[in-house]
Parts: sequence; C-alpha cells; structure tokens
Amino acid sequence: MTGLAERARSLRLQRQPLVRHLACALVAGAILYWVTDHLSAYNDYQVGEIASYVVVLVGLSLLTGSSGQFSLGNGAFMAVGAYTMALFMTHTGTNFILELAAAAGVAAVVGVLLGIPATRLTGPYLAGMTLLFALAVPSIADKWPATFGGDQGLTVAPPTAPGSLSAEQWLTDIQIIGALVVMVLVGNLMWSRYGRAFRAVRDDEIAASLAGIHVARTKVVAFAISAACAGLGGALLSLSTGVVNTGAFPLTLSISLLAAMVIGGAGTLIGMVWGGILLVYMPQWSTSLSSDFNLGIGAAAYLATIIFGVVLIVAMLAAPNGIQGFLRWLWVYGRARLRERRRPTAPLAAAAGD
Amino acid sequence: MLEVRDLSVSFGAVRALRGVSFTAEPGAVTAVLGANGAGKTTLLRTISGLVKPKDGAIRFDGTELIGHSVEGVARMGVSHVPEGRGVIEELTVEENLRLATLWCLPRRQRAASIDQVLELFPRLQAFRHRQASMLSGGERQMLVLGRALVSRPRLLLLDEPSLGLAPLITAQLMGLLREQTEGTDMTVVLVEQNARSALSVSHHAVILNLGQVVVSDDAATVAADDALRHHYLGF
Amino acid sequence: MSLFWDYTLNGVASGMIYAALALALVLSYRATKIINFAQGAAGMLTTFIAFSLLTRGWSYWPAFVAVLLIGFAIGAATEFILIRPLQGKSELNPVIVTVGLLVVFEGLAGAIYGNASRGFPPAFSQSGLRFGSTTIDFSHFDLFILCAVLALMLALLVLFRFTALGLRMRASAFSREIARLLGVRVGLLLTLGWGLAGIAGSLAGLLVAPTSAFGPYYMNLILVYAFTAAVIGGLESPVGALVGGLITGLCISYVGGYLGSGVEPAGALVLLIAALMVRPEGIFSRPPARRV
Repeated sequence: MTGLAERARSLRLQRQPLVRHLACALVAGAILYWVTDHLSAYNDYQVGEIASYVVVLVGLSLLTGSSGQFSLGNGAFMAVGAYTMALFMTHTGTNFILELAAAAGVAAVVGVLLGIPATRLTGPYLAGMTLLFALAVPSIADKWPATFGGDQGLTVAPPTAPGSLSAEQWLTDIQIIGALVVMVLVGNLMWSRYGRAFRAVRDDEIAASLAGIHVARTKVVAFAISAACAGLGGALLSLSTGVVNTGAFPLTLSISLLAAMVIGGAGTLIGMVWGGILLVYMPQWSTSLSSDFNLGIGAAAYLATIIFGVVLIVAMLAAPNGIQGFLRWLWVYGRARLRERRRPTAPLAAAAGD
Repeated sequence: MLEVRDLSVSFGAVRALRGVSFTAEPGAVTAVLGANGAGKTTLLRTISGLVKPKDGAIRFDGTELIGHSVEGVARMGVSHVPEGRGVIEELTVEENLRLATLWCLPRRQRAASIDQVLELFPRLQAFRHRQASMLSGGERQMLVLGRALVSRPRLLLLDEPSLGLAPLITAQLMGLLREQTEGTDMTVVLVEQNARSALSVSHHAVILNLGQVVVSDDAATVAADDALRHHYLGF
Repeated sequence: MSLFWDYTLNGVASGMIYAALALALVLSYRATKIINFAQGAAGMLTTFIAFSLLTRGWSYWPAFVAVLLIGFAIGAATEFILIRPLQGKSELNPVIVTVGLLVVFEGLAGAIYGNASRGFPPAFSQSGLRFGSTTIDFSHFDLFILCAVLALMLALLVLFRFTALGLRMRASAFSREIARLLGVRVGLLLTLGWGLAGIAGSLAGLLVAPTSAFGPYYMNLILVYAFTAAVIGGLESPVGALVGGLITGLCISYVGGYLGSGVEPAGALVLLIAALMVRPEGIFSRPPARRV
C-alpha cells in the first residue's frame, strides 16, 4: 500500500505547477464567466479593461520584478501592439486571434530590438532609454498621419459575438481569456528553469554567467516577452475603446503601469490583478474625490496622476513589495506565529555558547 | 586619554567585538595587534563612528564618543586613517591636505599648516599640485598620515599603515610616528598586522583575539614574551 | 548651405538648454549617484510659478531670480525628504521615487494651471541678430541662452575649483566616507548639491518656455534630451554636460531639419543607443578608481 501512496504523493498537484496553474485558471475562468453574465454592460467593460491591463502588467512584472530590468516604455509597446492590430484590421481581413497574435508578435520584435542595447544598461540608464522610447513611438505615429490615422487614429472593431452573447460580454470574455492564458503561460515560465534564470540574472549577473546562464540572451528574452504582453494588452484594450491614436499612449500611461505594478507587487502574478483594478478605478475614485472637494473638471484628471505619483513615492519609502508582498508577508508571518504557539521554543541561550 | 569600556559590536549574527576594554594614554602609541579577523579594524571604525556598537562606552578626555556622527567625532579632534588609506585620488595632494584643515583652521593658518606637513614628507612636495592618483603606495601613506596630522588631532587612529609597503618605508613612517607623538599630548592607536614593527614604536600593546582582549601590557614586555608572540602574533 | 548654418545655430541654442538641464542631472548624480527624473518637471513647475508672478505684475528679472531660488529649495527638499531615506537600499527605488515625483509635479501643474498651452514672454527679442545688412537665425534671446548657461557653468566652475565649499562638495562626491572622517558634513553638502541642480533645472525651464508651447508636459522631451546629453558627456562631468548638450542639440537640429520635424525623439533615441553601445561611461568620465 505504501508504494501506491508514495506514487500518489509524487503526483500531487504541488509538484506540477502547470497542472495547478491550469486548474486555477479554469476555476477562475468559470467564476468570471458566470460573473460577467450577471453584470451590467458597463461593469463588464470595466472587468475587461482590468483584464487587458493585467496582461500588460504581468509582462512588466516579469521584466522588472523577476529579471530586474527597468522599463518606462511599456506604454509605447502597448501602442505598437494596438497599432499593429488596427493596421491588420484595416488592411487585411483575418480573424481576430491572428490579429492579436500579430500585435504580440510585432511588439515582441520591437522588444528584441530595444532589448539588445538594453542588455548593457543598468537601472537608471535603462530607465532613461525606455523613457526616450516612450516619447519616440508616439512621435513616429504622428509623423505619418496617412498610415497611422493622425489625431483621429485608426478604428478597430471588436469581433462579432457568437450566438446569443452580447457584444460587450463577448469582448470581456476574450479579454479575460487573454489574461488567464497569459497568467498561466508566464506563471509557468516563472516557475521553470527560465524563471530561475531570470531571477539569477536579476540578483547577480556575474554569478549567473558563471553558472552557465547566457545573461544577455536571458535579458533580451525577458524584454521580448514583456513587450509581447504589452502589445497584446494594448490591442485588447483598444478593442474596448474602439480607436487607436497616439493620445491614448502618453508617457503618463507608462508611469501608471509602473506604479500599478509596484503597488500590486513586483514579481508576482496575483499582485497584477490588484494593479489592474487600481489602474481602472483610480481615475473614477479621483474624479469623485475631486468633486467632493469641489475642484474643477480639469483638476479631476490631474488628481489621478498626482495620487499615482504620491502612492508610488510612499510605496517605495514604506512598502516596496506592494500589496501582494504585504499579503505574502502576512501569510508567512501568520504561519510562523501559529507554529510558535503550537510548539514551545527551546531556550536559545544555551545554544549560543559563551 | 582614550578609555574603551566593555565595547561590543555585532554584524547580524557575527560578534566582531566582545566586551573590549583598554586605555590609551596621551603622548604614547598604543598598538592593537592580532590575527586577521580579530576585530582590530572594527574597533577603530567604532571609535570614529562608522560603526554603531551594541554595547559599551568610548570616552575620550571625558567625552562620550558613541552616538555622535562620523563628522562630529572627527570635529572633536579624532583623525582616523582607515584601512586602504583613503587617498582621494581625484583631488591633488594639496587639496587632500587642505580638506582636512577646513573645519579646524582659519584660512590664514591653512597654508602654513600644509607647508609644515610637507616639510615632514619632502617627497610629496614635488606632487603638491598633481593628482593624488599619481602617487605610489608609500607616498599615499605619507599623504594620508600628513592629512591626519595637519589638523593637529588629539586622537590619531591608524589602520594598518604598513600594508603593502616596503620595509624601509615602513620603518621611516613608524619612526616619524613615534617622533610626532612623544612630547605631545596626542593619543595614538595603531592597528597593525606587522606586529614586529608596531611593537618597536609603541609604548603599550593590546592584543585582540576573536573580538576579545587577551593581552594588555607594556609593549616592551609583550615583545620580550616569546610564548605570547608566537601564539598570538606569529613570530 | 544657409540652411545648414541655420540648423547649426539652432542646434547650438537648443543644445545650451539641454546642457543646462544635463548639468542639473550631473550635479545631483555626482552627489548621490541618482538620476533625478523629476528634474525637468521641477523646472516646469518653477516656470509656471514664474508665469504666475509675471501675470501678477512682477517684472521679469525679479521673477527670474525668485524662481531660481525656488528651484534651489525644491531640489534641496527633494534630496532631504525623499532621497536621503533611500540611500544604500536597492538601486531601483530612488529611480521610481523620482519618476513618481515627475508625475506629481506634472499633475500639480495641470491641476493648478490647467492643460491649455500658453505663451511665455521671452526676456529678449526673438528676432534674429543683425550684422550689418545680414540677419542670422540666432536671436537676441538665443544669445541670452548662450550667455546664461555659460555664466552658470562659470559660476559653478569657480565654486568647485576655488572655494573651500567647492572642495568639500567635490570630496563628498568622490569619497563620501573619507570626507566624513575629515570632518566634512557630507549630508548637508549633498542637499546643497541637489539645490544647485535645482537652480540649473529652473534655468533650463525658463529658457525653454518662450520657444515652445508651454504646458505641463513641455519639459519631458527636454529631460530625455538632457539625459542623452549627460550620458554622452559623462554623468559625473559638468564639462561633459556642456559638450554633450551641444552634440545632442546639433544632432537633433539636423535630424529635425533634414528629416522633417516630428522625428527628433526617434533620432535622439538612436543617438542615445549609439552612445550607450559605443562609450557608455561618456566622453569625460573619470578613470575607474584604484583604491590603494
């Protein structure tokens, strides 16, 4: 009997991250499907937005949290993905899955192009370069208004819903599926050998290369994946708004993404859900906050950015691991305290000697 | 006079100093000796304020040093020449010296003090307006010693000044050190791995082992005690 | 051919502005090894304050000086409140803090002053200088830019090379621990360094405002151009900031002139990447220290 029990134990879900992730994703997907079925169209829209942001944030979390590279340019990668999808939609008639894949793919290629020089850069240098990238991309789109639609931008049409589903719900479901797929894929990546390579490079490049990890390639891969996620997320998000123009991708977007990732918890997956919620609801909260204080309409828009900035600063000073980090700390701390209660600790003085 | 009482320093789980107590008299050189890792550098860094102790007291001429900032301790007349010398390479020799005079000497006196110090170390005169990065190891040691002396310190802490230097230069520096100390009321604490040369210029010797004081006695007595020398100092 | 000279003169004028902001980045980087991404936005904020003062009836020069002093205060306060607590911890945290501050400044300016771009009165006429019968594409105001930035650099040069305070500041930047052991109040000097950086940043903001549409985001591009300039020149070299600024200004002017306006940021990106691949430590970098 013990033999069987042992085999069963070895097959336990804990040893199979892929299975565990898929299971979680399926459960979450089912719950969310039921939820979106019962929500109003507007709330569906918001859930979809959150899901799209989660896609972007997961990539950013991988890049900055796991592989330690800094990017202030992921808003620009979102633009790349969104414009790619819009162009495909305008000029070709392929189905939307291919268009989304193209968005992710083109963004990934640009990510590789940017990631190659990035391998030689650290912290602030990388920040500066990605900052410049974030400003350069919209300017390119503005330069050729014929192709890119100028101020008006390009329109995108969400895919037609099958059967009796409403268009909004179908779109939201697509976005949620996108988020879950990306979370499962990236989650597996973070648990795998590649994930360990990312973290090794983040912690100590020299040690990592001595251990046989190809540092530059690892960094470029992380960059490309994060760009692909941002491109995909940008494309998904633009399906919600229906239009792709440069005004949708200002520098503030990249910074808000960074803030959301940091506050959610850099390097985590679930933390990115908190981040997405923050990104979608922050403008609303600040609008209602500003009307509470009777500030003008213009002020409301800026209040959101001020709050993001302040929260970012405070988080760095007080809680650099974000919400998810705090929750994890609670979890670990709570378990440790529980264990202490159950087993009285042996006196330590004798062990210390002298 | 420097009085160290029951000084304890920990770096996380590592206890670098445990209950260290000794006294260093003015007008005399007190050598602090011991093997690598015995805690000698930590001791000096704690006195000058770079390291915060867990426990104990450090009194210099009655004033408690613990709790003051590094620059505060320096401004009380404590000159610490750290391990590795600490020449500021991007500055010239003159600027290195001048830097030390800024807090304690009025402008009129600074040039004179610098001249005096350069008379002690004639080899540095030629490099006066050159970048300190051009100096050899021995010249750098002269510079930092000169920089320490130019502010007329009441307490001089020297961490392994002979490291990497040829024996001839070491002997010269040690001789100069003894010269500058005797007859003044400057207290000197000299940390050295080269115990032989240190003992030859000191008046008092303290031996540290694993963070604790194991010997505190006249330098001559310690130098004469073969067993002690072999066990703790390796010669 | 005359177009080339126009672009060149243009590039020199804008290059001096990038040099001023790059100087600000260099000063704060030398002090604390941190790039202050909020420096441009701080300059923007102080320029908005100048605008307020001017509309309230202040005349130009008192407002100019007042705003430089406010820039000093903002820079010093930033170091003391936000950067000091983060010294010694992870490398990314101070970067994120300055980025957060950038956003806060932009938000504040937008909230207080609104989004509409406005015109900022120039201190000097913006018509071209005349030599006899020819008019060149370099205005009185451009000349003012050149003189103001050179004056600032000269003042800093004198401060650093010839004063006791300057010696202390250089020592604190080169070798913090040793300076402390020599009785130098390093903390105070770091704050002072950031204050000086704030002055340079405010100057840059004031010099740019008349030449561009002046709104909460107008310094963003200038900041990244200044960053490029500082990287090219060497992040710890004030002279490098000047040289890097001129190089960047000229490059961007030629790109904008010959390839059409609107692609300058892309051109700057290429320039930055090239600089980072070829000589990341900059033209005027210090040799790596050999501590003996």
